[in-house]
Amino acid sequence: MAAPLILEMRDISKSFPGVKALEHVTLEVRQGEIHAICGENGAGKSTLIKVLGGIYPHGSYEGDIVYNGEEVAFKDIRGSEARGIVIIHQELALIPQLSIAENIFLGNEHSTRGVISWNETSKHAAALLRRVGLHENPETRIADLGVGKQQLVEIAKALSKKVELLILDEPTAALNEEDSQKLLGLILELKANGIASVIISHKLNEVAQVADAITILRDGRTIETIRVAKGEVIDEDRIIRGMVGRDLAHRFPERTSTPGETLFAVKNWTVYHPLDQTRKVVDDVSLHVRRGEIVGLAGLIGAGRTELCMSVFGRSYGTHISGQVFKGDKEIHLRTVSDAIKHGIAYVTEDRKRYGLHLIDTISRNVSLAALRKVSEKFVISEREEATSAEGFRKQMNIKARDVATIVGTLSGGNQQKVVLSKWIFTDPDILIIDEPTRGIDIGAKSEIYGILNQLAADEKAVLFISSELPELLGVCDRIYVLSEGRLTGELSRKDATQESLMKLMTMDRGASNVNNVA
Amino acid sequence: MSTTSPEREVGGQAPQSGAGVASVLRTAFSKNIRQSGMLLALAVIVVYYQIVTHGTTLHPANVSNVIQQNGYILVLAIGMVIVIISGHIDLSVGSVAALTGAVAAQLMIKQHWPWGWAVVAALVVGALIGAWQGFWIAYIGIPSFIVTLSGMLVFRGITFTVLGGRDVGQLPRGFRERTTGFLPKYDLGFGGKVHNLTIVLGLLFALFVVVNQWRDRRVQTRYGAEALPLYLFVGKVAAVVAFLLGFTWLLARYNGYPVVLLILAFLLLTYGFIMKRTVLGRHIYAVGGNSLAAKLSGVKSQRVTFFVFVNMGILAALCGLLITARLNSATQSAGNFFELEAIAAAFIGGASASGGVGTVLGAVIGGLVTAVIANGLSLTSASTGRQYIVRGLLLMFAVAFDIFNKKRVGR
Repeated sequence: MAAPLILEMRDISKSFPGVKALEHVTLEVRQGEIHAICGENGAGKSTLIKVLGGIYPHGSYEGDIVYNGEEVAFKDIRGSEARGIVIIHQELALIPQLSIAENIFLGNEHSTRGVISWNETSKHAAALLRRVGLHENPETRIADLGVGKQQLVEIAKALSKKVELLILDEPTAALNEEDSQKLLGLILELKANGIASVIISHKLNEVAQVADAITILRDGRTIETIRVAKGEVIDEDRIIRGMVGRDLAHRFPERTSTPGETLFAVKNWTVYHPLDQTRKVVDDVSLHVRRGEIVGLAGLIGAGRTELCMSVFGRSYGTHISGQVFKGDKEIHLRTVSDAIKHGIAYVTEDRKRYGLHLIDTISRNVSLAALRKVSEKFVISEREEATSAEGFRKQMNIKARDVATIVGTLSGGNQQKVVLSKWIFTDPDILIIDEPTRGIDIGAKSEIYGILNQLAADEKAVLFISSELPELLGVCDRIYVLSEGRLTGELSRKDATQESLMKLMTMDRGASNVNNVA
Repeated sequence: MSTTSPEREVGGQAPQSGAGVASVLRTAFSKNIRQSGMLLALAVIVVYYQIVTHGTTLHPANVSNVIQQNGYILVLAIGMVIVIISGHIDLSVGSVAALTGAVAAQLMIKQHWPWGWAVVAALVVGALIGAWQGFWIAYIGIPSFIVTLSGMLVFRGITFTVLGGRDVGQLPRGFRERTTGFLPKYDLGFGGKVHNLTIVLGLLFALFVVVNQWRDRRVQTRYGAEALPLYLFVGKVAAVVAFLLGFTWLLARYNGYPVVLLILAFLLLTYGFIMKRTVLGRHIYAVGGNSLAAKLSGVKSQRVTFFVFVNMGILAALCGLLITARLNSATQSAGNFFELEAIAAAFIGGASASGGVGTVLGAVIGGLVTAVIANGLSLTSASTGRQYIVRGLLLMFAVAFDIFNKKRVGR
């Protein structure tokens, strides 16, 4: 006996000037189920959610929405929230300077005639926090919480609105493995309490873990809805096939690696926190990368991977930095970012939108920024050379844009990532440090990024690859270093490494790491 | 000049094939929406006042007057738009203009310095003030709003001290003529009725525009970017040339080019070139657009910010010299509200309050729109109150127009 439907979106079509974002999409969510929506970036997932939430109001799309057996026409978010549909967006909508309690009841305050009752607010907030399993004082500022806990606050906020259907857009994209598991556990718990969820996710293993049904979108159309019977294991390959419309036989392209001599080495590197100068963020780390080798850097969020790389890259992070950096067998001193670039080191930052790109600028101006010297003569830029070089990258990297004068902010995540990579490859580096390049991009683009990494290794570069996705590290790297709480807790070769062995090293605490040094 | 604004581009979809003239025009227009919009608005406003004032607006004497009355604001606007592009603001420029004017006047009158040296001294003072403010902003990290708000008070205060509580006037003639006068009259054989040197310079400017535009177009087409179709391109250049020559002819029938106009043309070309074509200019856009990303790309953002403020100090000093010469005295209240007029010009001309967007040409056009409206209002003897209201609303609607446009094209 199938449960009755809580939500039915019938024949939804929505177009923007020049593009059809959705064409006759159908989505059926049953009461109390967890329903995943999978699809590549640009498949129409977010648009569908925005139609449901009233962000694209009734009348701006075609088709019907039936909710709890009744046809609905939402004019704005308030309309949908009043009916118990709450959307949690990928970019969290919390105000960092306000407390947990204030955020939970923002726009929905416990007040009489405009005067807030703080006692009641605290009491209710505490109850909600217990429900989501977050052990924090409701007075704590959001800014003092990690992303994982912030996500839980968002859910508490949704619960305060008497949610019946919870919609989560990429809820675990910014979370580490541990926090992701906690979150998924919570969603399962809500399900037990009769709250249905719709999850948009790129992480197929998580989808496979919790979903009762999966709807696959591709190019604005519904491809299929897979219903999972109890105890049945979902075939990830079937989802991937549906998403990309082709077999991804080689998610990780084949590569034969022949590493050469050591090209890049960091010795006894220690970094202190920029504000709390008694706290070691990176503690006596030594590592090396050979020519033509891809070396992974694994660790949970806060393990110090990004901090290590940024402090090496022209002291862009931290204070009281000590240790040595070698290129070949020569020690180099990298006091500024330009020193690092001059020595042939490139750091492809995580969070491309914040640290990597000028979103309001064109592809060609982004690509040239770190190496303007190459396209200018006596400080005067040759726009022709600049455009020609960028055009070369557009073709070589398969950046999907009309031309290099396209504004980067209008590109999809995967294409933006290719622009950041182009920018750094354009500096002619020997050593590339690449930080979370595949976060939030679709499977097709990921596969292309792996191809680019392989090509860099084949071109005799040394590549240091930071990632939070273990399958990706296992699929791409020759060796993997593991950091935990600022310390190196292990080094594994490709053949020795498994998700389990990595996870064990990643969660190893300070005390244990001294004794247990796996080599 | 061919400054293309880095405004957000339309949508991201390629235009359908078989696009007609209208759609080509639309693309060209929308790529540069605020600047083109403002140019169009400028033309409409001029025509409107020309009709309302029965021809006084475009009378050579009035045109000459508008330029001389607003030249010093435009000098500030050029510096200010660069500050705004770099993601900052400068509230102190009015006070800096007053102080540097006072310093120059005192050196000329009290110390009997030759005026040339006094000018150099004023510019150096401007640069030092810029360095002082730039140091706190770039290297210590105090928000520019606060540093320059402090500067606004401090430098106004120093002006009072320098002037000793009274106006210092009767400046040397050479100083006034070289800054607020007109080009000398030479008879080059075009007859005494028109200003010969102005005609020659006007023709040279026109030639420069044609050559420059043609060069740009060749670069564009060579790498296959979308350029305007030839007939539209010729039309556009012809329009610019016709405007330049008509403008020159107007002024030539009066006293010729004012010196201030040449100073402005020089600044416009120089800074336009720096911002569009040089590594420094690119770095200024990069720091303003996303300073974190710029830093991690090897841009020395502190040094760039410092330079931007030193430059603003020098331009504020130049403004101070021009206003002092024009008033023929240095006064304690000189330059009041100049910072606001310069900021308004930059925003009307397309700069973004969040940095990274704007052009030097746009700021000058923005300043001109304000100037023409102010002039028209005073020609039609509108009250001062009304002038303020109209200019205030102009700022608001110019930016609102832009935001509306972005929403419409941007989904």
